[in-house]
Amino acid sequence: MTASAFTSLAAFQDALARTLEGEPCALTPQMAALVAQPGFAVYRNGVVKHAIDALQANFPAVAHWAGEPWFRAAAFHYVRQTPPRVPMLIEYGATFPAFLACFEPAAAIPHVAHVARLDRMWTEAHIAPEAAVLDPARVAGLCPQTLSRAVLHPHPSARWAWFADGPAFTIWSRNRDRTRELTALGEDPEGALLVRPRDGVTSGRLDAGEHAFLNRCAEGGTLADAAHAALEAAPATDLERLMCHLLAAGAFSRITLRSDTDQEIRDEHDPRGS
Amino acid sequence: MPTALTGGLALKPQHFDAALACTASGLWLEVHAENYMVAGGPRRAWLAALRARHPVSLHGVGLSLAADAPPDPAHLERLRQLVQCTDPALVSEHLAWSMWRGTYHPDLLPVLRTTAALVRIADNIQRVQDALRRSIAIENPAHYIRLNDSEWAEIDFLAELARRTGCGLLLDVNNVYVSANNLAYCAQTYIDTVPAQHVREIHLAGHSADPQLGTRLLIDSHDAAICGEVWSLFKRAIARMGPRPTLIERDANVPCFDELLAERDRACTLLDARRTGTRESVCP
Repeated sequence: MTASAFTSLAAFQDALARTLEGEPCALTPQMAALVAQPGFAVYRNGVVKHAIDALQANFPAVAHWAGEPWFRAAAFHYVRQTPPRVPMLIEYGATFPAFLACFEPAAAIPHVAHVARLDRMWTEAHIAPEAAVLDPARVAGLCPQTLSRAVLHPHPSARWAWFADGPAFTIWSRNRDRTRELTALGEDPEGALLVRPRDGVTSGRLDAGEHAFLNRCAEGGTLADAAHAALEAAPATDLERLMCHLLAAGAFSRITLRSDTDQEIRDEHDPRGS
Repeated sequence: MPTALTGGLALKPQHFDAALACTASGLWLEVHAENYMVAGGPRRAWLAALRARHPVSLHGVGLSLAADAPPDPAHLERLRQLVQCTDPALVSEHLAWSMWRGTYHPDLLPVLRTTAALVRIADNIQRVQDALRRSIAIENPAHYIRLNDSEWAEIDFLAELARRTGCGLLLDVNNVYVSANNLAYCAQTYIDTVPAQHVREIHLAGHSADPQLGTRLLIDSHDAAICGEVWSLFKRAIARMGPRPTLIERDANVPCFDELLAERDRACTLLDARRTGTRESVCP
């Protein structure tokens, strides 16, 4: 049997790729001869192992929370269903949280899909484009009238989420830090903000008002719109405290002003304009 | 030709601080290009900091040069930008494929060495070199299966790629040793016939025996110290071709930085001895 019996390089690669992907397909005699060699297992195992390794590197809190054997077994199913699409494996696993949400065996591991979502948010924050953090003094210096028309732009690395059904952020934090400190977990909803204001990703809690506020900012709402959304989600929200918290966390990169006349947004503090 | 480079280390993230602080003379560092293809953040900052301190080599794993398709333009553009930012001393890739019809198979998959493949791969290398505006080096793969009736011997195939495209070669001595063992050919003969004038870089690494088949099937696992036989092949290679930039790779069971540095120092000692002692015996 000769390898050159493949009709073309592309035919060889099609056959090899299908075999590696575990597709049940009739092997040509040429491919059967390759697969029968003991060394073929190095490739067959290698592509799966490297993808699972990448997923484990990208979802360390899930692996710690679920345990490595469970994680790698679940990851095997995911890899078969959704192999990597690009060689930058740091990006692999965008749909892993959604996969876990529907993966029946995951139901036994509390909040595991949410924990996966937080791991993914960490990765996205980690590799997001660079941007300066908005100096809180810029906001403090605005008069109330200007402030109501201001639009705060979330930092490109900022990722936030609300977990209505329990302490996903607490579980994630403990497992990301590789602690097994399982003092009693509460049942209250939790919000989380992950952002990379300077060198590294930081994470912290969000309350319901802050979560609603950030959502509205991300939609392009003015500060007045965002404040309204925060109060609607949590009527007891202290807006001054909310602003201090989010600005200190580095959640915003820019502030612009919505014009009354033409709705254009311009950077109020663009040094090029001064 | 970056003749100033001596011994280098493949950088692992856990060794970043140690590598940055390392004052070993002539140290250079190699990174997998794909790990630094990010929009921003610490990875790019680490690379910039390292580059400010040491020469850096970019070693790609994702261009899929041996696929029967041109390199993905988006990926090539990412590499171009990284090369532009990093100004690396060396850029290298593999004689292998991994991207195929929109799926990335995270391994270095085997190549049919046919004339049609040669034409395709030469074109792919040329496209990369045109985009990067520089020559790259191509690494010989580790072999685990026999692709019978290849039209070209590997050394001839690599030499022809170098002749057609002006690319260099990256001689992975551990891959030679592993492949010679697995496919039952003579590693020494391979080292003695590789086209020395094209070799721009040497890789040294450890390997492991297959759990089931033992030493009948060696795996290029980069998870152990470099074995004596690979050191011997390395000595044979530099005795023949003269010193070349030489990299120590370790990707699993990664020891402390100093242990890797000791392997690198051993390579440097051999390179120095070759440089100062036996210059007159350089092969033509």
